[in-house]
Amino acid sequence: MHTVGLDVGSIMTKAVLFSDDAWQSVVMPTGYSPREAGEQAFARLLRECGLTRGDIDVIIGTGYGRVALSFIDKAVTEITCHARGAHYLVEGTDMVIDIGGQDSKVILTDGAGNVTNFAMNDKCAAGTGRFLQVMATALGCDVSELADLARDAEPAQISSMCTVFAESEVISLLAQGVGKDRIIAGIHRSVATRVAAMAERLGQGKRITFTGGVAKNEGVRECLVRELGLAIITVPESHLAGALGAALIARGKTPAPPCPFQ
Amino acid sequence: MRPFTMNVVQDMREQNILALEHAKRDNRKVVGMYCAFAPQELALAAGAIPVSLCGARHEPIAAAEKTLPRNLCPLIKSSFGFAITDTCPYFRFSDFIVAETTCDGKKKMFEILREYKPIHMMHLPQGTDRPAAVAWWLKELKILKERLEENLGVEITRQNLREAIKLCNRERLVMKRLHEMNRLDPAPLAGLDMLTAIWMKGFNVDKEDGINQINQLIGEIEEIAASGQSPFRPGAPRVLLTGCPVGIGSEKVVRLVEECGGAVVCFESCSGIKTMENLVDEDEEKDPLEAIAECYLKIPCSVMTPNPGRFELLGRLISDYQVDGVIDLTWQACHTYIIEDVNVRNYVKDNFGISSIQLETDYSNSDLEQLKTRISAFIEMISGQ
Repeated sequence: MHTVGLDVGSIMTKAVLFSDDAWQSVVMPTGYSPREAGEQAFARLLRECGLTRGDIDVIIGTGYGRVALSFIDKAVTEITCHARGAHYLVEGTDMVIDIGGQDSKVILTDGAGNVTNFAMNDKCAAGTGRFLQVMATALGCDVSELADLARDAEPAQISSMCTVFAESEVISLLAQGVGKDRIIAGIHRSVATRVAAMAERLGQGKRITFTGGVAKNEGVRECLVRELGLAIITVPESHLAGALGAALIARGKTPAPPCPFQ
Repeated sequence: MRPFTMNVVQDMREQNILALEHAKRDNRKVVGMYCAFAPQELALAAGAIPVSLCGARHEPIAAAEKTLPRNLCPLIKSSFGFAITDTCPYFRFSDFIVAETTCDGKKKMFEILREYKPIHMMHLPQGTDRPAAVAWWLKELKILKERLEENLGVEITRQNLREAIKLCNRERLVMKRLHEMNRLDPAPLAGLDMLTAIWMKGFNVDKEDGINQINQLIGEIEEIAASGQSPFRPGAPRVLLTGCPVGIGSEKVVRLVEECGGAVVCFESCSGIKTMENLVDEDEEKDPLEAIAECYLKIPCSVMTPNPGRFELLGRLISDYQVDGVIDLTWQACHTYIIEDVNVRNYVKDNFGISSIQLETDYSNSDLEQLKTRISAFIEMISGQ
C-alpha cells in the first residue's frame, strides 16, 4: 500500500510517501501558490519514487495550504498530523511542541499519537518561524545560522511580543552596540518564553517532542528546556512530522467512494 | 432537509421593519433593549413594542472606533456604531432605550450614547448570593416602570403586567421547545438555522405572530425528525456553544463548526437557552414585578459574581443534548467571559470528561483560516480521529 502525506506550510512544503515500512520525502519552498507547491512536491515525490498517481492509494493534505489542494482524498489539520507524526518519530511522545512558519502549537496526546488537548498561538507572528526570519533579515544573516551565531551568549532583553515592534527593538539594540550574538540569544528566548507559557497552561508532558521547522534551531530548543525545566527531544526529521503524520493517517483510511453530490 | 418555514424566518428582521414603521404610524411606542436582563414584560405592559438592539455586525465598528477605544469588545463597538451612524432602523424607531450596568464597557458606552436617545440605566446587583439582591433589582424594576410611564405617557397596571408575563412565558416555552428539538440524535435542524430562528424572535413586532411561526417551524422539524433526516452527516460530533452573545452577523464560529463537520446542537449563550429556561411566576397572589425580578435575576451571566447558575445549566445541557465537546466563544476584550473560561474548562473536564476549547475572536474575517484550523482540529479530536 502506498500513501502520501502532503504538508503545505506557509514557508515550506513537505511530501512523504509511505510504502509498507519504508518512507521517502521531498521538501521545497511553498512560494506564493500553495496549490502549485503542493502539486509540484507531489509530482517530484512520485518521480523520485518511480511511481505514478495511480499507484497511490490515499493522499492526505495538511498544513495551512491543505484547503488549496484539489487532488487529495482528505484534508486533516496539522494538529492531528503532528501528533501522529511525532509519535512515529519518537514513540511514546505525550506532548508535541510544533513551531512552524506562521504559528506555534502545543499538543497533548494520549501517548499513542492521538490528540487530547491543544493550544495555538494567536493571530500574530510572535513565537513563530516567521518571527525568526524577520529578525534574521534585520540582523543580516540567514535563519539557519541563528543557532550558531548565538552560541553561549547571554541573552539580551527583548520585551516586545509583536514581530513589528520587536524588529525595531532589535534595531535599537544594534544601535546601542549590543552584540549580535546576545541579540539572537534574546530572540530565541523570546520565542521560547511565549511557547513555554502556552505549554504550561495546557498541562505537563513527560516525553516532549519538538517538531516543525524551528525545531532545527538548537538555540530555541535549549531556551525551551530552560523555560520548562524538562527534557525536549528533537530528531533530524522533525520538520517532516506533519507530512509523516498525514501519510500514516492515510494508511488507516480506505479510499472513500466518490461522492455523487460534489 | 431544511424546513420551508426557515425561508420566512430568516427574512424576519427585514420584514418586520415595515411592520414597525406601520406601528409607529399608528402611534405605537417602541422600546429598544440591548440585553437579556431587560424586562420585556414592562415594555409590553406599557403598550409598547420591545425590540432587540443587537450589535452583531462588523460594519459599524470602524465608525465606533472614532470614539471608543479599539481594545473593546466588538459587541459594544457594533452597538454604538449602529446607533451613531443611524444604520439600524430598530434603534431609529426606538422611543426609549433600556440599558443595564452589566459589564464596565457597556455601562460607560451607554453614558456616551445618552446624547443620541433617551436611555434609562438599570443597576444590576453584582451577584445573586446576597439577601438584598432581589430586593435591589425589584427596586430597579419599579424605577424603570416609573420612567416608562413618564416617557411613554401611560400607566402600567398589574393586570397589564400579568398579561405580559403570560405572553412572554408562552414565547419562552415555544422557543425552548424549538431549541430542544436538537436534543434528538441526529439533530434535525442545522445549528445555523437554530441560531437564526432564536435570534429573529428579538425583531418580532407581534409576539403572537412570532409564536405561531415558531410552532409552524416545530411542526416541520418534527416531520423531518420522524423521517430520520438530518442536515448532518452520520456521527457528526455534537457541540454545545457557550460564552458571549452570538447573533446573525456574528455567527462565523457556528458556520465554521458546521463547515468543519460538527453539529452545533445547543446554544447556551444569551440568545439561546439561557433566557428560555426560567419562567416568570404567574401566581395571581404574587406581586408581578417581584415575580419578574426573581426570574430575570436567575440569568447566569458572567457579569455576576459568583456565577454558579452557568455551571449548573451547562451540566444539565451537556447531559440532555448528549454533547461531545464544548466551545466557549469569547469576544476579544470581554473580560468576564474570557476569565470565566478557566472555570468552564475545568468544570467540563472534571465532571463530564469531555473536551472544551476557548475561541477568542472578533467580528472580522481576518482570522477565519486560523479559526478553521483550531475548529477542525477540535472536531477531529472529539471525533477520535
